[in-house]
Amino acid sequence: MKIFGIPIFPEQASTFAKDVDALYFFIFAVSAFFALAVAVSVIYFGIRYHKTHDGEIGARIEGNLSLELLWSVIPTVIAMVMFGWGASVFYHLRRPPAEAMHIYAVGKQWMWKFQHLEGQREINELHIPAGQPVKVTISSEDVLHSLFFPAFRTKIDAIPGRYTELWFEAQTPGSYHIFCTEYCGTNHSGMIGTVTVLEPAQYQVWLQGGGVEGTLAQRGAKLFNDLTCSTCHLDSGQGRGPSLKNIVGKTVELQNGSLVMVDEAYLRESILNSQAKIVKGFQPMMPTFQGLVSEENLVALIEHVKSLSPDATTAAPATGAPSAAVSTQKPAAAEKK
Amino acid sequence: MLDKLKIPDHHYLHDGHSLRSWLLTKDHKRIAIMYLMSISVMFFIGGLFAVGIRFELATPQGDFVTADTYNKFFTMHGVIMVFFFLIPSIPAVLGNFLIPPMIGAKDLAFPRINLLSLYIYWIGGIFTLYAMISGGVDTGWTFYTPYSATGSNTNVVPTAIGIFIAGFSSILTGLNFIVTIHRMRAPGMTWFRLPLFVWAHYATSLVQVLGTPVIAITIVMLAVERGLGFGIFDPARGGDPVLFQHLFWFYSHPAVYIMILPALGVMSELISTFSRKTVFGYSFVAFSSLAIAVFGFIVWAHHMFVAGISTYAAMVFSFLSFSVAIPSAVKMFNWTATLYKGAISFETPMLYAYGFMGLFAIGGLTGLFLATLGLDVHMHDTYFVVAHFHYIMVGGAIMSYMGGLHFWWPKMTGRMYSEFFSRVSAIMVFVGFNITFFPQFVVGYLGMPRRYHSYPDEMQVLNVMSSAGATVLGLGYVLPVIYFLWSLKYGQVAGPNPWGASGLEWQTQSPPLTENFLKVPIVDREPYDYEHLVAKEKHLV
Repeated sequence: MKIFGIPIFPEQASTFAKDVDALYFFIFAVSAFFALAVAVSVIYFGIRYHKTHDGEIGARIEGNLSLELLWSVIPTVIAMVMFGWGASVFYHLRRPPAEAMHIYAVGKQWMWKFQHLEGQREINELHIPAGQPVKVTISSEDVLHSLFFPAFRTKIDAIPGRYTELWFEAQTPGSYHIFCTEYCGTNHSGMIGTVTVLEPAQYQVWLQGGGVEGTLAQRGAKLFNDLTCSTCHLDSGQGRGPSLKNIVGKTVELQNGSLVMVDEAYLRESILNSQAKIVKGFQPMMPTFQGLVSEENLVALIEHVKSLSPDATTAAPATGAPSAAVSTQKPAAAEKK
Repeated sequence: MLDKLKIPDHHYLHDGHSLRSWLLTKDHKRIAIMYLMSISVMFFIGGLFAVGIRFELATPQGDFVTADTYNKFFTMHGVIMVFFFLIPSIPAVLGNFLIPPMIGAKDLAFPRINLLSLYIYWIGGIFTLYAMISGGVDTGWTFYTPYSATGSNTNVVPTAIGIFIAGFSSILTGLNFIVTIHRMRAPGMTWFRLPLFVWAHYATSLVQVLGTPVIAITIVMLAVERGLGFGIFDPARGGDPVLFQHLFWFYSHPAVYIMILPALGVMSELISTFSRKTVFGYSFVAFSSLAIAVFGFIVWAHHMFVAGISTYAAMVFSFLSFSVAIPSAVKMFNWTATLYKGAISFETPMLYAYGFMGLFAIGGLTGLFLATLGLDVHMHDTYFVVAHFHYIMVGGAIMSYMGGLHFWWPKMTGRMYSEFFSRVSAIMVFVGFNITFFPQFVVGYLGMPRRYHSYPDEMQVLNVMSSAGATVLGLGYVLPVIYFLWSLKYGQVAGPNPWGASGLEWQTQSPPLTENFLKVPIVDREPYDYEHLVAKEKHLV
């Protein structure tokens, strides 16, 4: 929405935008009503009961219990409506649909790096198809950042050491802002980019373009060999480390008898802090890869491990974060369309 | 009658003229005056950084100062305004000066501790000013880890130590007020005869005493991590960066109420005095202060809805945040009802009170947007938040502080300031404030993130409006310095009770004696009893 060519309201480019804006206008209307009611009353009283002579005093009115109850209960009810409506929109914002295509983002002083499962890598640019739910799993290489798509009405912080995620379904093709909204040092305001929403057919064309060395999972497979993970994690299960075949979404038993679900957060921890949770029956001999694997390579490794579990079906965890939902998506998500 | 008024021969300002008589004073009123001077200096230093910010944001490109300098500007603006102006402002100046005379006491319960709290404030202030002069700090006033622990190369620790030290000043003031209100009330001054100003300060003091130690601990943890390399918040060393946010907001959200609760107390006094009518629903207004103080401790994670907390935790904190809205709304309605059938006049303090009601209403109502989960995801860390908390902090707390200062100035100094210029200043502050901060709601919903040195071109017009409004606002704040100083020498003599106010502090001379009262007053009537005042005046005539 523009006035004299100046935008005063953000574009609605996702399915959320209308939901969020409806909530905004509802609260705006309620607020405007109360603000005006108070403003009109105090101005009216100020004029109507203006002091006319020295020594004049106001009427002795000490209070009124019914009025107090009335103006406590009515705002409480209205506030609960706002809470409930807001919570339901939020719940929707936090629950990526199972069929969402998956993109990885890494925040780094001061740029956003995006990786598509098909292998495309972008910096401060993100291309996505319209009409397709997109889930973005986010991590940070250094300090806190926050990935914000104003036109989609969603954001989430990038937190070093863990994954967070958001999702959206873009509707309107076009280019929109990407901002970093968590202060991250010198060039915080330079950590911006553009998300380009393409028609699905155009998106397919975009995916074909550019020199891509295999999918994200294939890159992960190469890393898996380069980092010599493959010498211990044998598919046969006879290696010094557990087999990684068909483990994603399953529950494994640890040395101390506790159970853990294999998801992105667990895989991440097992690579970076390998001594933290040892699978029952194995020795704690895996070296730690903290500081040796970049966030981008980490997600490639995770995608590789996920590709070894083609039938993984896991319910998304009840909470969006910190352990991100495990995608049930096969790598070539977009082709499904 | 006015001709007969003269400044009394003996009063607290004449009780010794040497520097020593000020620096070693145990008089709460002199300590309040020294606080007033100190926080005014801090206010204008903090204000200068705001000038720098608005200059930079007049154009979309980062062209006035470098990004690093800009980041230091908004950090120092926030640190100074929050910890060295807003938190001490009303309690340490108005509360310090007025609580003893309002309850009929000679002084606070611990006069030496009161002086100590001022010295601690100064030491904390000096640390922070040193950190500022020797290079500044760029973490934002929130000091989020891991940036503050491992990312920033600026004076994080000296600034943090300054805040740590100043925190003890706040704790001691709160402690002093609690004991004073419990133990020092004059005969007949029951809890429900206390002015609402005192109730609000009681609630504030509880928050100061219970909340401030948490920020102290958090700062120690940050310093230990930064200085000694402990892995508390840095995930690379096994820490949790989000833990810092929990600890920080566990204090810093209640700290918002340290800033606003005393302002609400001032408002009750202003509205009652200038409508010559008792405050509607006294006990609801009194208890709503306590309710706000209590609820204020359980809403902190509403600053963290997009910081990776679980969906259900977010829902709990959203729900609790809405619960704080209710006692705040109750206060607004009670003040409005107080005006009904009043005898209302619009001297400068009342202009500020009216301004407060408008701005605090907007500040409070925009808080509803941010407490709403589905909306906060979009609005978090945008200029909408900046506008919201400036409406509360500046539109609420500072409007009320200014109103209170204008109201009690004749009590503090014995003289009146220029009514004309003070009205001009009140209107300039109100108009300038709205031009500055209203466009920020719009630009915030549009998506402009806070703490941005440069921003997209299409957002320039709204930012230029902000910068233009800030000029008016700034001038509105400079003007009082001039007419207040002028009034000290040339102002009309005020007399003990120029406004016809009902509080006990107006029953003694202006400026008061060092002991406040000649003999201990005995309270035998309810607060805000204007019938009695008028009857007494008629009797005298």
